[in-house]
Amino acid sequence: MMQRHTLSVLVENTPGVLARVSGLFSRRGFNIESLAVGPTENPDVSRMTIVVAVEDFPLEQVTKQLNKLIHVIKIVELEPAQSVQRQVLLVKVRADPTVRSQVLEIVELFRARAIDVTPESLTIEATGTAEKIAALLKNLEPYGIREMVQSGTIAVGRGPRSITATAVR
Amino acid sequence: MTTATPRSGPKPAPPPGRPATVARTETPRVDAVAGARVDAVPMTGAQSLVRSLEEVGCEVVFGIPGGTILPAYDPLLDSTKVRHVLVRHEQGAGHAATGYAQATGKVGVCMATSGPGATNLVTPLADAHMDSIPVVAITGQQSRALIGTDAFQEADITGITMPITKHNMLVIDAREIPRAIAEAFHLASTGRPGPVLVDIPKDVLQEHTTFSWPPELQLPGYRPTTRPHGKQIREAAKLITTARQPVLYVGGGVLKAEASAELLALAELTGIPVVTTLMARGAFPDSHRQHVGMPGMHGTVAAVAAMQRSDLLIALGARFDDRVTGQLNSFAPHAQVVHADIDPAEISKNRRADVPIVGDAKEVIVELIDAVTAERAAHPPADLTGWWAFLDDLRANFALGYDWPADGSLSPQYVIERIGAIAGPDALYTAGVGQHQMWAAQFIRYEKPRTWLNSGGLGTMGFAVPAAMGAKMAVPDAVVWCIDGDGCFQMTNQELATCAIENIPIKVAIINNGNLGMVRQWQNLFYAGRYSNTDLGTHKHRIPDFKLLAEAMGCVGLRAESKEDVDRVINQAMAINDQPVVIDFVVGADAQVWPMVAAGTGNDEIMAARGIRPLFDGDELITDTATIAALTAEVTADAAAEGAGNVRRGQR
Repeated sequence: MMQRHTLSVLVENTPGVLARVSGLFSRRGFNIESLAVGPTENPDVSRMTIVVAVEDFPLEQVTKQLNKLIHVIKIVELEPAQSVQRQVLLVKVRADPTVRSQVLEIVELFRARAIDVTPESLTIEATGTAEKIAALLKNLEPYGIREMVQSGTIAVGRGPRSITATAVR
Repeated sequence: MTTATPRSGPKPAPPPGRPATVARTETPRVDAVAGARVDAVPMTGAQSLVRSLEEVGCEVVFGIPGGTILPAYDPLLDSTKVRHVLVRHEQGAGHAATGYAQATGKVGVCMATSGPGATNLVTPLADAHMDSIPVVAITGQQSRALIGTDAFQEADITGITMPITKHNMLVIDAREIPRAIAEAFHLASTGRPGPVLVDIPKDVLQEHTTFSWPPELQLPGYRPTTRPHGKQIREAAKLITTARQPVLYVGGGVLKAEASAELLALAELTGIPVVTTLMARGAFPDSHRQHVGMPGMHGTVAAVAAMQRSDLLIALGARFDDRVTGQLNSFAPHAQVVHADIDPAEISKNRRADVPIVGDAKEVIVELIDAVTAERAAHPPADLTGWWAFLDDLRANFALGYDWPADGSLSPQYVIERIGAIAGPDALYTAGVGQHQMWAAQFIRYEKPRTWLNSGGLGTMGFAVPAAMGAKMAVPDAVVWCIDGDGCFQMTNQELATCAIENIPIKVAIINNGNLGMVRQWQNLFYAGRYSNTDLGTHKHRIPDFKLLAEAMGCVGLRAESKEDVDRVINQAMAINDQPVVIDFVVGADAQVWPMVAAGTGNDEIMAARGIRPLFDGDELITDTATIAALTAEVTADAAAEGAGNVRRGQR
């Protein structure tokens, strides 16, 4: 069965590391659903959050092949139940004065924020799980989405332990 | 040792603290003692590179200079420890480094300039990557300010070689050169070996810097597991002791781990049949009673049958390559699998392992011997008599063999067999890719590790000549035979000039069948004998005349066209030790490689010869040996009645 897996990958913060990781995915035929990368508490280490849709068996290959990259330090799979996963969405919605209050009501409902307003549009910022973002978009769609941009998922394990204490494949 | 003392030369060393001038006679040097500390000696990046190569123990570099790598070639001229061999094409440098590494286990080094020099290394790097050979490639790169501007001879070689190297790096600071070289050698030679490319911009080579040794390796993400897990070993030992049809499936990892002696001990302790893959020929003596041959597409019937009928495959440093398994879902259907490999990603990649063991083959085998000994003491091991009777029958009925061409031409298999017999098990043999390679794997008897060097995974035509050159450099006292095809030979024979000039007396046997033989064989079998673009004209037109070509490149050129010539020319070649020798063996065009498992079919359908499927009768798998023997007698009688050898069948 195809399943979504969220991998947290600690990598050396060096040029080309993103190309190594993304190149590996494409040449081994693994599909990346989303990829987010940024600095960590350690300036020498970057953290990638990669969401892949694979069957269980290939996932083992994905992590083993990733582990072979010299610049990959550690890989941890974050189970949805034991982690907090978030995406950021910026969306520009058509919202003239006749519908603005309705749109704002949706914004309120989803605990999103209006960050830019003009007479004919509203730009909304939202944070949440992939499901919440999808639901928000579904509700905004009837008003007309003029533009949107979405970040990849980032995730962190629940509880006091840091990734270094979590099981590594 | 921290004092900077000039090695020699009339000029005094520059005073401490003063940056070294570019003039190489002023290069401050420390006599490199292994492990000696060197602190901040001023020199250029290029000098630091050469110095680092000396410190890591590099003895030979195969390469060609050019614009961006030029600064490195200047201090190289002075090095008494590193010999540079000027090759004719960078591909030759790469394969030579591979041959050097395969013959010794040491890291092979090649060097090239940026752009086309570097891209010419792509094929040998991919080759070394597929066969896990420790190679370090050093390439020049355009100066830092020009990178990304499509400058002259600029190529993003780290980007290009990312998927075909174990690792690669672009050095952007001259101070980093010693660490980059040390890391490259460490990565190439440890864990699962492989090629590492170090790309250095020209201005980094020219920069003034300081050299310190040893550098501190910074590889936080690199921790190869060499020590196997005790529980897995005990689990494996249990299966090994109870299996009734076990097979030791030996791959190239056993050679890389220098574990031949340990393998022999494990095999003799257990009495289990051994198969050696194309990459592992020589890891176990061919003459040993327990050796049942090479498995795979052109393996022996006994080796293929052993795996197909096995109840336990003990894979040691092997990777279940498609050329071994055939159609994966019908491969060894009843076998449990113990899979030991140093690369965790190989385990359960193609075939699920019941007992996965991550570790160095030598450590794994040593621990297996202990565990199996204990297990056998506790429980009587399974009786393998029936298993051996089955395999011995197959061995007797389907021994490797060949027919002489019906047209009276020379048999290529005979030529290769004679070279093996005359040069013996102490010689080194390299091969290109194709029919001659398979025959060389089948008809030369390998008794010792690191005597058979070939391109297994990538299947690189043209590998043989440069690899033989590298092997001869690595083991100068050994006789090195390059078994090549006429197609392969025409891809890289330019390195014969290198061999002649650099005094690298290899012996080249061109198995000249006038064609791209393996492709022709497939056209014969699967394309109704429509020979599209496989005739090279080396028979029809004798273009090139290999004897004259050899002589033109400073080698001795010989030719053999009949059975009577064969021993004479081989002995003649064996007597020449001061010059490369090339023998043009003009052989029949229609000889075929048998046995064969056709691509995409299951191993049960192995054909001992055309139309003879010893393990398969119509829809029925044959498992009992009596039926096999009867069927064989029948088929052999038919073939005799037809009076047809492989060749005649091929000519239909």
